[in-house]
Amino acid sequence: MVNIKENSIKYIFLLSGLLSIFILLGIFYLLFSNSYPALRDVGIKAFFSRGYWNPTAYSVPQYSILNLIKGTFMVGAGSLLFVVPLGVACAAYLAEVAAPREREIFKPVIEILAGIPSVVLGFFGLVVVAPLLSRIFGLPNGINALNGSILVGIMALPTVISLAEDAISAVPQEYRHASLALGATRWQTLKNVTVPAALSGILAASLLGMGRAIGETITVLMATGNALADPSSFLDSVRTLSANIAIEMGEVPRGSLHFHSLFVVGLVLFLITFIVNLLADIIFNRYREGV
Amino acid sequence: MTSDKISNDKISKYHKEKVAFWGLRISLFTVLIILGVILCDIAYKGLGVISWEFLTRPPRAGMTAGGIFPAIVGTFYVTVLAAFLAVPLGIATAIFLNEYAQKGKLTRIIRISLRNLAGVPSIVFGLFGVALFVQKFGFGASLLAAGMTLGLLTLPVTVTAAEEALKTVPQSYREGGLALGATKWQMISTLVLPPAVPGMLTGVILGLARAAGETAPILFTGAAFFLPFLPASPFSQFMALPYHLFILATQHHDISTVRPLAYGTALVLLVLVFVLNLGAIVLRYRFRGRFQKGK
Repeated sequence: MVNIKENSIKYIFLLSGLLSIFILLGIFYLLFSNSYPALRDVGIKAFFSRGYWNPTAYSVPQYSILNLIKGTFMVGAGSLLFVVPLGVACAAYLAEVAAPREREIFKPVIEILAGIPSVVLGFFGLVVVAPLLSRIFGLPNGINALNGSILVGIMALPTVISLAEDAISAVPQEYRHASLALGATRWQTLKNVTVPAALSGILAASLLGMGRAIGETITVLMATGNALADPSSFLDSVRTLSANIAIEMGEVPRGSLHFHSLFVVGLVLFLITFIVNLLADIIFNRYREGV
Repeated sequence: MTSDKISNDKISKYHKEKVAFWGLRISLFTVLIILGVILCDIAYKGLGVISWEFLTRPPRAGMTAGGIFPAIVGTFYVTVLAAFLAVPLGIATAIFLNEYAQKGKLTRIIRISLRNLAGVPSIVFGLFGVALFVQKFGFGASLLAAGMTLGLLTLPVTVTAAEEALKTVPQSYREGGLALGATKWQMISTLVLPPAVPGMLTGVILGLARAAGETAPILFTGAAFFLPFLPASPFSQFMALPYHLFILATQHHDISTVRPLAYGTALVLLVLVFVLNLGAIVLRYRFRGRFQKGK
């Protein structure tokens, strides 16, 4: 009797553990099955050949998502350019230089930054960063890829800081002691021993930050201008994969070809972030085994 | 090498260190300044709009006047619904991973799924919500569909925090319980769970804060542009603070007139999310000390 109860409780917990696998598979399955009509009628090639995204064109609808992918990576890579150096510097300070007291204060503050809702950041980009950029670069408005990169970067910063800090803290104490005993200063130790030893963890942190930046929706939707043209610089307006879904999903008739082609966009976005996250995961695990 | 040279070298070496550490410190201050500017701008321009009427009345005159009451209530409802899904599931998953699961392929796959779930873009959760809850389950665009979507979105946060809480319970509690002849579930339910509850609560609150601030997953699963009344049932559409701010900031026909209202909405949303986050942080700090003192 006791055994039956114990076992059934165990299986209930097992089931809920399995659920996260089902949800992930379910997301993939539903994205794919809803994409399928579009992939069948338009063809995969149409999504990845040169051209524009314009499924509602009166004469010849176009489904190319190349400009969207380009916009997505511009915003993602642009944000990494300043987030990785800034984030790693903050992490190094928190892990190696700051007094325990300082750490106790600053870590929750960084968490507060992580808690700012994306729509509030987007709003800030619209009303503060955009006018600033337009003044600096002499543009009619500051709603462009640069603005998106800055905001998405702010969004990814806490992720990068906290993961990079974990990676730096995880470097065994002996490494530091050996370096200090050889006469190196704490800075030389940090620069030449600790950070290089934590490099794969830092790389994983950056990849996860990139994953967040690529998947972010509302902030980029509000800050990048969402033009469909082929962007030539960071001062051009861009539209990302995520923003494209957010803009068009609300107005598209359910079940239409346009509706299903938006799921294709979602599927591509899902696959890109999935690969980025998986890569981060692999690097992270290998590095943990290594230390 | 003269002793003079050596001490010169030392000075420049430690001089360098000082400069470098200040460089790192300045990077951290840069981040803090960014945070400060964002918070001050919103607080400064939003405070003037906040009034009793703003908090307790629906929008009027094509959303150019009045308050945000339905949006506050809508966000509250949808967050509670998300919690109903995420909290039991998240805690159960954490119990499985920390107490029952053996090291092996299955556990690894579950962990990888959770980590990847945490990385799924929120707009993709929105699409999933449309395909599953709105269409397949037939909930329509509704509080229920949006709440379930947000619940799944916050699941990884809840699991991670609940697991951390379980990990802080000393192994000796478990061994003691089993040694006294308790079954595994008796041991978990009477010895492991009670001390882990505050830590789990932290995770729940963090998850809720995240759910309350999300816009993308509710865009097509139930959030409404404007409703003068409160949602009547789980199957009604609803107004929500993040979506309302999005509308006021970008979609309204008279953006400059409603800008102060947008600031007010942003401030209310920020305060809501911060109160939740702060609660979680305070709870965690008080909780962390417990086992360390008892050791």
